[in-house]
Amino acid sequence: MKKNKSIDWKNYDPNDFFDELIAAKGKPRPAATAITDYLGNLGSEEIQARQQAAELAILEMGISFTIYSEGENIDRAWPFDIIPRVISLREWETIEQGLAQRLTALNMFINDIYNDQNIVKDKVIPKYVFANSKNFREQCRGFTPPLGVWAHICGSDLVRDKDGTVYVLEDNLRVPSGVSYMLENRQLTKRVFPELFDNTNILPLDDYTNQLFDMLASISPRPQDHPKIAVLTPGIFNSAYFEHSFLAQRMGAELVEGADLVVGEDDCVYMRTVEGLERVDVIYRRIDDDFLDPEEFRADSTLGVPGLMRAWRNGKVGLANAPGAGVADDKVIYAFVPDMIRYYLDEEPIIPNVPTWMCVNKQDQEYVLEHLDELVVKPANESGGYGMLVGPHSTKKQRAEFARLIKKNPRNYIAQPTLSLSVAPTLCDEGLAPRHLDLRPFVLQGVRTYVTAGGLTRVAMRKGSLVVNSSQGGGSKDTWIVDEEN
Amino acid sequence: MLSRVAERLYWMARYLERAENNARMIMAFNSLALDMPRETQLSWKGLVAVTGMGALFDQHHQKADERNCVKFLVADGYNSSSIASCIKAARENVRTTRDQVPTDAWEVINELYRYILEHVDQGVGKRARYEFLNEIVGRCQMLNGLLAGCMSHDAGYDFIRVGRNLERADMATRQIEVGALQFLDGWDGTETYGGLLWTSVLRYQSAFQMYRHNVRRKVSGPLVIRFLLQNEPFPRSVLHSLSEVAGALGRLPRNEIPLRTALQAVRHTREGDVDALIRKEDVILFLEKLQLEIGELHDDIAETWFPVYETA
Repeated sequence: MKKNKSIDWKNYDPNDFFDELIAAKGKPRPAATAITDYLGNLGSEEIQARQQAAELAILEMGISFTIYSEGENIDRAWPFDIIPRVISLREWETIEQGLAQRLTALNMFINDIYNDQNIVKDKVIPKYVFANSKNFREQCRGFTPPLGVWAHICGSDLVRDKDGTVYVLEDNLRVPSGVSYMLENRQLTKRVFPELFDNTNILPLDDYTNQLFDMLASISPRPQDHPKIAVLTPGIFNSAYFEHSFLAQRMGAELVEGADLVVGEDDCVYMRTVEGLERVDVIYRRIDDDFLDPEEFRADSTLGVPGLMRAWRNGKVGLANAPGAGVADDKVIYAFVPDMIRYYLDEEPIIPNVPTWMCVNKQDQEYVLEHLDELVVKPANESGGYGMLVGPHSTKKQRAEFARLIKKNPRNYIAQPTLSLSVAPTLCDEGLAPRHLDLRPFVLQGVRTYVTAGGLTRVAMRKGSLVVNSSQGGGSKDTWIVDEEN
Repeated sequence: MLSRVAERLYWMARYLERAENNARMIMAFNSLALDMPRETQLSWKGLVAVTGMGALFDQHHQKADERNCVKFLVADGYNSSSIASCIKAARENVRTTRDQVPTDAWEVINELYRYILEHVDQGVGKRARYEFLNEIVGRCQMLNGLLAGCMSHDAGYDFIRVGRNLERADMATRQIEVGALQFLDGWDGTETYGGLLWTSVLRYQSAFQMYRHNVRRKVSGPLVIRFLLQNEPFPRSVLHSLSEVAGALGRLPRNEIPLRTALQAVRHTREGDVDALIRKEDVILFLEKLQLEIGELHDDIAETWFPVYETA
């Protein structure tokens, strides 16, 4: 239980950071006035009571994520802070366009490099950028999936710097997770602050699973009314198992594991049911390429389905995301996304990239090695915040280790300035305090493009920390897109 | 429906039923133990024998006293049939089929699991044992009600029905068997306390009141055995439970082999001539044959519908 004395908005001080709710000490942003006024009128005991009600609801609803620790898989309650993060609709509309623009260009890029590679021929992107990526899949060369779309589901991480500028920090095009928590966070807020929804115009989120279903149905090889859709999970020990089950339930899809599926002589994919074999049309796969098909990728994979790639290439099953889509997930390729947007769409990028130094370039590498104590260094292919160096928080020994790693394998490292991530008021042990956060909106691309109204706000619960991943002590908040003009 | 899902729903129902049965049985025996004079020395070990876990118990305990036995049946994690283990396993099965069962049902089993984590000591101790066990029974009933009332009665529900009733029939035959072993003859207290002892066997299945309604004679061993085996309308009798299994199997696809086995078990239960089973040995022999048939039925079900696991 958290102990705190009072929720004192007048004395809440975001210091030098950009605060998502407060423009300056004592001055809430226009879109956030409803929530700050409301919370200001609740006593601290009342606010604590609501936080506890939310935490109890999380246990009762079984909202959890799984972590692996000391040789055991532990089911943890989802960490949630009841104070929402608010973004004005006007600002959001621009971000939404920017995300749609980005995913459109990324998909054109993936399709291009697996086929004609025009972007290389036109010298916009050097070939080594993807040719050496471990997520570039030779098995996908010469193939174009339905609609030319490879990454159907994308989770892009957005951050806001001190001056208020929103940047794309990375694009997750393999198996981005978190959308179920975004939806559950809204459920929780509706339980905890029902009064607020009456007189604030908050954009609804609930449509996501319908949109996901429609998108998946649109890549079915048998365009009929009732495509059979399955969510392929690595199983109960995966950290996102909760989400796999949640999405299957909300879409009325089957939740399957690799062993439930079999590819027949006719190259169709079937699932083993009590009635015998039943054909599957579309698979929303939540396992990595490496484990997808032991016949073509890692032979020791017991999670995948032998023959699945064959079925996909022969057009007998839809796969989302398509195998090989992860090539654009690479942090070196990330640096070229603004160029892709200009090249394929002939538009200027709406949301900027974080400036990125690529260690594979001699000049960049020199700069990075000289400024390790200021920069964030990231491996090109990792996710979940692992294997990173945060310069200003690092020790001399860690910097020496990274210098060695960079020199040994420069292609695998990029560096970015340490952004001063924005904050929002968060309930902590010491009361209301500013905590750093990011935002992961989810983008769907099928026949058309859909962006969630907001996304999953992840917050670093420790003072001063920039690590928002739930596997490393991060929390979350509901995200409100508020139409302040209506 | 996926074979794997069918298997998990089936086991969820079996584990739930097992937990509920254990709770009912301990409550009934507990009440009997309080009634009996101190020198009669009721054996709690009999309850352990009912669950078929006697050997495991002996590995862990030297003394089969009340505390050890109750702890074994209620709380011990190494006993896969303890109430705590059953609820944990049932929850795991629901967790992996959450897309199939109503959300409310998941929340009930999840809360039941959390309740046990917090209160299991009450079930072991004497003072609040009744409240604890009663709570378990109540929540299991609530879950069954939710499934019956809110889940489509399709193949998935039939697998639940099969699991629940097969477990119930299995448990009832074991309870009758252990009752027969302990109380049918050769025990000094039979004359004086026979009525009480057989009443408690009825109470294991919450059958005492219904027995009174149906059998207007005194409580005696053979009459109780007949009631628990063959009373068709009573929902916890072996005959009723096996008929329910057969009914559910009849609605499932590709059911020839398991259905044949089930109907055979129903026939053997119905036709068993309890009056001819005069000697204790005959009763035990009859019940053990029935248990073998129930085991066979499970194997047939698994072979027909459940996934085949390749052994590594």
